[in-house]
Amino acid sequence: MINRIFDFLARRIDGPLMAAIALTVALGLTVVYSASGGGSPDRVLSQGRNLALALCALWVLAQIHPQTLMRLAFPVYVAGLALLVAVAVFGEVRNGARRWLNLGFTTLQPSEVMKIAVPLMLAWFFHRHEEGVRLRDYALAAVLLAIPVGLIARQPDLGTALLVFASGFFVIFLAGLSWRVLTSIVALGAAAVPFIWPMLHDYQRQRILTLLDPSEDPLGAGYHIIQSTIAIGSGGILGKGWLNGTQAQLDFVPERSTDFILAVFGEEFGLVGNIVLTMLYVLIIARGMMIAANASTVFSRLVAGAITLTFFTYAFVNMGMVSGILPVVGVPLPMVSYGGTALLSVLAGFGILMSISTHKQLVSS
Amino acid sequence: MMLGQALRDPRTELRVFRNRMMAAGLAILVAFALLLARFTWLQVVQQQYYHTLAEQNRISVVPVVPGRGLILDRNGQVLAANYSAYTLEVTPSKVANMDHAIDELAKVIEVSPRDRRRFRKLQEESKNFESLPIRTRLTEEEVARFAVNRFRFPGFEIKARLFRSYPQGDVASHAIGYIGRINDADLQRIDAEGLSANYKGTDHIGKLGLEGAYEKELHGVTGSEQVEIDAGGRAIRSLSRTEPQSGNNLIVTLDVNLQKIAEQAFGDYKGALVAIDPRTGDVLALVSMPNFDPNLFVDGIDPQNWDALNNSPDKPLNDRALRGQYPPGSTIKPFMALAALEYHKRSPSYSISDPGYFTLPGVAHRYRDWKKGGHGMVDMHRAIVVSCDTYFYGLANEMGIDAIHDFLARFGFGARTGIDIDGELPGLAPSQQWKMQRFKQKWYAGDTVSVGIGQGYMLATPLQLAAATATLANGGIPVHPHLLKAIQDAKTHEERAYAAKGAGTPIVKPENLAVIRAAMADVTKPGGTAARAAAGAPYSIAAKTGTAQVVGMKQGEKYDEKRMKREHWDHALLIAFAPVEDPKLALAILVENGQHGGSTAGPIARTVFDYYLTGKKPTAKPPRPPETLGPEEEEHD
Repeated sequence: MINRIFDFLARRIDGPLMAAIALTVALGLTVVYSASGGGSPDRVLSQGRNLALALCALWVLAQIHPQTLMRLAFPVYVAGLALLVAVAVFGEVRNGARRWLNLGFTTLQPSEVMKIAVPLMLAWFFHRHEEGVRLRDYALAAVLLAIPVGLIARQPDLGTALLVFASGFFVIFLAGLSWRVLTSIVALGAAAVPFIWPMLHDYQRQRILTLLDPSEDPLGAGYHIIQSTIAIGSGGILGKGWLNGTQAQLDFVPERSTDFILAVFGEEFGLVGNIVLTMLYVLIIARGMMIAANASTVFSRLVAGAITLTFFTYAFVNMGMVSGILPVVGVPLPMVSYGGTALLSVLAGFGILMSISTHKQLVSS
Repeated sequence: MMLGQALRDPRTELRVFRNRMMAAGLAILVAFALLLARFTWLQVVQQQYYHTLAEQNRISVVPVVPGRGLILDRNGQVLAANYSAYTLEVTPSKVANMDHAIDELAKVIEVSPRDRRRFRKLQEESKNFESLPIRTRLTEEEVARFAVNRFRFPGFEIKARLFRSYPQGDVASHAIGYIGRINDADLQRIDAEGLSANYKGTDHIGKLGLEGAYEKELHGVTGSEQVEIDAGGRAIRSLSRTEPQSGNNLIVTLDVNLQKIAEQAFGDYKGALVAIDPRTGDVLALVSMPNFDPNLFVDGIDPQNWDALNNSPDKPLNDRALRGQYPPGSTIKPFMALAALEYHKRSPSYSISDPGYFTLPGVAHRYRDWKKGGHGMVDMHRAIVVSCDTYFYGLANEMGIDAIHDFLARFGFGARTGIDIDGELPGLAPSQQWKMQRFKQKWYAGDTVSVGIGQGYMLATPLQLAAATATLANGGIPVHPHLLKAIQDAKTHEERAYAAKGAGTPIVKPENLAVIRAAMADVTKPGGTAARAAAGAPYSIAAKTGTAQVVGMKQGEKYDEKRMKREHWDHALLIAFAPVEDPKLALAILVENGQHGGSTAGPIARTVFDYYLTGKKPTAKPPRPPETLGPEEEEHD
């Protein structure tokens, strides 16, 4: 009986990936407990509920055949776009950003949906043009990507826009856009900086300036970075021990259970902890890349590759920002930061990865 | 150019995809290597640096303010004490709209108009980031009510603090002084004395009187506490603590009961009284009337009270005992007579015939005696007893101003007595040199004549008169008045006695002094100028009355009290000591616009002597200054 339940639950679950996910998530809950002051289990329980929901999504998506996902790609993308437009028109403003749709019973952040919908859509697009992709197809793909990214960036939500852009860009990149075009785009982008700069919001500009010199504004924008680097640096090799991080426990690290949770982790678990966490991420990414490389269709490959690389982007941008080598953008540390939405979109992505990994034999036959 | 051609062939397509994955994988490895390098840099190479920063972040050293020493009178009665109470403080820099915040606060706890005015004045005088009291002495209920509403008042905080209080109210206010909030000038002084560290956390300092003079003893040593703080600056827990050392207690020479009786004896009169034990220099009473309530100053005085005190024509803040410089009038005569004996310018028995005026040779100007027609035959004894002016005009003229100056200087005139609180003024014992320096004028013989009866350029403070009188009482050995009796160690309660100036030697010959003392003793006997005030006393009193002119009289003009404004009425003076045989108390009294030493200062002296020597408390109502004065009294001097 128990075996059968286990078999049912383990259906189409990729073992190695699941093991790495489980370890990372467990680590995450441990740090959330510490980051919430270590006194009450409320946050951990709440994150546990988020986790349960996200695991359900993972399991359900893992059962869905990639072919079905492909058929869903276009309608989901269109629906997502419609929601983004709805946000722009009817959205609720919180903290000066218009990101939420109030559905009466709950609020929805449609930009999160796009993190999955965009790579599905673009992968489907390239899958359909399997026979021959021309430059104008790339251009069209770029437009399909630019619309949601533009809408999200306008909200403004730089972090999500960046991740959605990354997920779409990776599809285009993996689809084979020539290096020459890529490098020219990068060159163009660099040349465009002076024109984009005046269009950025003040706080966005400030974040970039602050990164260049955090000490410029130690009590304002630079405070986050200064305090988080102090936290990480003071952790040393072995860390100060769980629940013993002075920077974190005494509230010097802002947003310590969400975006800046790595500061808590690095302070309490030290360099050793950081290496372990990085290794877990590397394992997950490596497994994702293997799944992508072995996927049987263009769609599966592109989706799997894009999800994996987006996950990397998540991890790298967050770790880079908290350790002070990237600007502060609102990106959580995947599977560790407190918060349900990001956890849901990351594990949903892994569900799709598992579906691709476990369904390939049937398709390739 | 067919950029996408590669995708045509599934195999080529897969190869391209895998190449791309390889490239991505490589980039990923580089990225993670970069991160790990960064972590290593922060956590291994720079660890010590960041560790220090983190410790500085979380550990704050908070000063622990010591309790201020008490001030006790010679019998242990408390003159200044501390009590612990809640105060509501606010840091202006943390409040956007102060007036609005205070209006809101007033709905929660009472904020009187006086509190507001006081706070506004404090705010003007302080820096924006200082925590300033808006309400003091909160009741438990008010503390509770504020605590519930605390979230509505960012920047406001309840603090438990030690408050200074002066339980005797306005009694001896000038001697005790008061504490007030540390201002810029205080800060500079603290800095210059290298005491900044010890004043961390202290926001009050002794400003005047004993509080000011013995600030170093009273303040104590500030302790410190290392506390762990959170990012909001709130203390989470204590890591280590160095206890503060409370300030030492002052035991002062004042007898607060005597002080009270002396103050009451003034009634509605303004003036000063200094009572000294001639054997020790202990100042038993130091009165300056009107006085003020030092409690008003403790937490910053509000502008209304300040204006009332500062602009009052009665000048209650002025310490008349130390800072009032008055012509000593006839109270200088015993010293003049003593000078003449010491300089052999007069023998006790040398007599003059007083026609009621004195003239300098070859000058028509008449220096008039207070008594029309004069006193007849007058020797030194009688000259003092009846306060004969003519006798002293001639005596002064023969001695010359420089001899007078030198002799008076021996008794402390013209120089600060060195009493152990600040603010004392030196008075003036004039000399030829002084006049040349001050006015670039030569000294005239007429100037000396006026000085002979304590007028002219001569000025003395009540404290100087009291010290000089005590010296007469002390067998001619100089008396140095002081207010500190002992310092009581806060911890051990051991007492360190005031280091009095060593007993000196007499500055006059005993036989000369005996002449003066005998004359002064007869001033209080029938026929003397202070006979009425001393009538029926069970002990003997030596005294000398005096009158100090407030406005100068023109030649031939008659002083008419009825026609003059009261503030131009003469000041009344009296110096005295008792018992004559074994003096225990010497005093000097000045009654502003009191007219005659015998009639207004005399009863005050009697009240003080009665209480101090016999324990008798006054029964009669204290005097009120009359609207106008009746017929001229006999005992004018």
